[in-house]
Amino acid sequence: MDLLEYQGKQLLAAHGVAVPRGAVADTVEAAVARATEIGYPVVVKAQVQVGGRGKAGGIKVATTDEEVRTSAQSMLHRPLKGHLVRRVWVEEASAPAREYYASITFDRSAKLHLAMLSARGGIDIEEVAADDPDAIARLHIDPLDGLSPAAVRDLVQRARLDPEVTDEVSAIMLALWVAYRDGDTELVEVNPLAVTAEGRVVALDAKVTLDDSAAFRHPDWDGWRADEVLDERERRARDKGLNYIGLAGTVGIIGNGAGLVMSTLDVVNEVGGTAANFLDIGGGAGADVVAAALDVVNSDQNVRAILVNIFGGITRGDLVAQGIVEALERVELHSPIVVRLDGTNAEEGRAILAGHASERLLSEPTMLAAARRAVAVAGGAAT
Amino acid sequence: MILLDEHTRVVVQGLTGSQGRFHGLRNRAYGTQVVAGVTPGKGGADVEGIPVFDTVAAAVAETGADASLIFVPPRGAAGAVVEAADAGVSLIVCITEGIPLHDEVRVNSYLRRTHPDVTMIGPNCPGIISPGRANIGITPVEIAQAGGPVGVVSRSGTLTYQALFELTRLGIGQTTCVGIGGDPVPGTGFVGCLRRFQADPETRAVILIGEIGGSDEEEAADFIAGEMTKPVVAYVAGVTAPTGRRMGHAGAIVSGRAGGARSKIEALRRAGVEVVETPTEVGDRMAQVVADLPPAG
Repeated sequence: MDLLEYQGKQLLAAHGVAVPRGAVADTVEAAVARATEIGYPVVVKAQVQVGGRGKAGGIKVATTDEEVRTSAQSMLHRPLKGHLVRRVWVEEASAPAREYYASITFDRSAKLHLAMLSARGGIDIEEVAADDPDAIARLHIDPLDGLSPAAVRDLVQRARLDPEVTDEVSAIMLALWVAYRDGDTELVEVNPLAVTAEGRVVALDAKVTLDDSAAFRHPDWDGWRADEVLDERERRARDKGLNYIGLAGTVGIIGNGAGLVMSTLDVVNEVGGTAANFLDIGGGAGADVVAAALDVVNSDQNVRAILVNIFGGITRGDLVAQGIVEALERVELHSPIVVRLDGTNAEEGRAILAGHASERLLSEPTMLAAARRAVAVAGGAAT
Repeated sequence: MILLDEHTRVVVQGLTGSQGRFHGLRNRAYGTQVVAGVTPGKGGADVEGIPVFDTVAAAVAETGADASLIFVPPRGAAGAVVEAADAGVSLIVCITEGIPLHDEVRVNSYLRRTHPDVTMIGPNCPGIISPGRANIGITPVEIAQAGGPVGVVSRSGTLTYQALFELTRLGIGQTTCVGIGGDPVPGTGFVGCLRRFQADPETRAVILIGEIGGSDEEEAADFIAGEMTKPVVAYVAGVTAPTGRRMGHAGAIVSGRAGGARSKIEALRRAGVEVVETPTEVGDRMAQVVADLPPAG
């Protein structure tokens, strides 16, 4: 889960990183009130889980109540880069003398955590990385060793920051590491990490991604989760514990295993159709999960056919088939289902489906045939 | 055959749970030597004749187990891997899905540093099957065929089954099929498996199934170009996958251009790998490769 900026800043502040004074507001009048308390000038920032807000008009400086009102009105309850803005964050404006880049994430190639620090922070950091990779100092962190003060100092020196902020930035990097590790995050990124005219080092933005697999040991995440901005289909799927990503096509897709589902999307595309979603029911799914998945896909108004592609390993074909049959009894499906079932207990599963076969419940022996059938039913290219 | 054969003696961590029991017994029914189970607090019990111990160390001492198969739920899985390695098994296969990232990284570092000779497969994987010899994990055995000559290595569980199914349908046997798992921190990656297949006299061609994310396919391409003489057929899932919401720049800075399906496909093709466009083509293409192999021996 991606945290909103203000949530990320709360996490960093709790670990001792300086952030600008600010407050969250979900109405225009509240934004004005918060701005008055903080004192002008302020920055009004749309809270959405997406990068590139500034360029899209989601970050505005205001020096009067009227400007806050105009800015907040232009953001609240409107979409920004496809995401509905439900709140704004109002914070004291900073005039950075320098903008650095700081992050900690996981490096899959090295199988270690990676801290990165650069004197050339700001919106063009990816271009800096491509054009002048040496401008970004890197330090791999082995979790068994942690991050030593000496290693951090070396990182800061290699990043060629202003020498007078070495101590402060070193302390911030250590704090980011603790926030990253103890917070069970996949990413902590501060861009820009600003040096103010007075020489203070402040996190002007915060991007934090939590590791959803660690949610079981972070009951405190529930509050943040409730604030996550999802579309209706995604919210429904989340409530049922399903791994779902909404797309814009007409063929609803349900499968077991991320690889198989991705591959199903590819094959549907290959035979001229468009996928309405990505939905992975995972390993070991039983009848209830399958019925829930069908319910979510069925709620998508664009769906004209539902393709269920199951290759059983830990997922048992007979349980999947039972789920489909149960769903047909419980939910009024708007679209026909095309099922392809193979693997563990597939024969038992196919027998269950055969007992309920109709124009609403079709079976195909192969993935390609099932994709073609589903695309034909959905009204796409048929062969 | 690599990693697993009929002599491998397996302890199942989590044998008394529903998944552990279902698949542990299926593995035994296939002929795998499932010699022990481990569930803390249930030592002394048995599961259809398989003795259960409180610890892996006790299971190893009593039964001579040299491989562990892990079905422990996410919150205990990292500890289970460490316990298995400390108990002296040389092969660990972790099926568990949903282990926190930080746990995976810590365990991976621990194994590399303390037990460099232990081979870890997974987590979040279907396991290993050497058809006709043994199966540890959740691969449905009906779709595998003994006798080689094809080795299979895959990041995706269900696409692994798809590949086995296609090969078997065409009458092509497999030496070993390894599901390395889809998590960000696999114990053994493509290169570790390809190196073993290259060294295995029974394996004469290899199927590689990749997916988007990370750079394991790109590293496999480098290895194939430099060190592999056996033909490789590959499929990479996710050409049309939604990119999702991306926060921040760190991921892009770390991975550069690697990670997308097209980049992986291009890297593999440059290394001389036959990359097919749909998973169902894997079998047909491999059938041609096998037909073109020179006579064995």
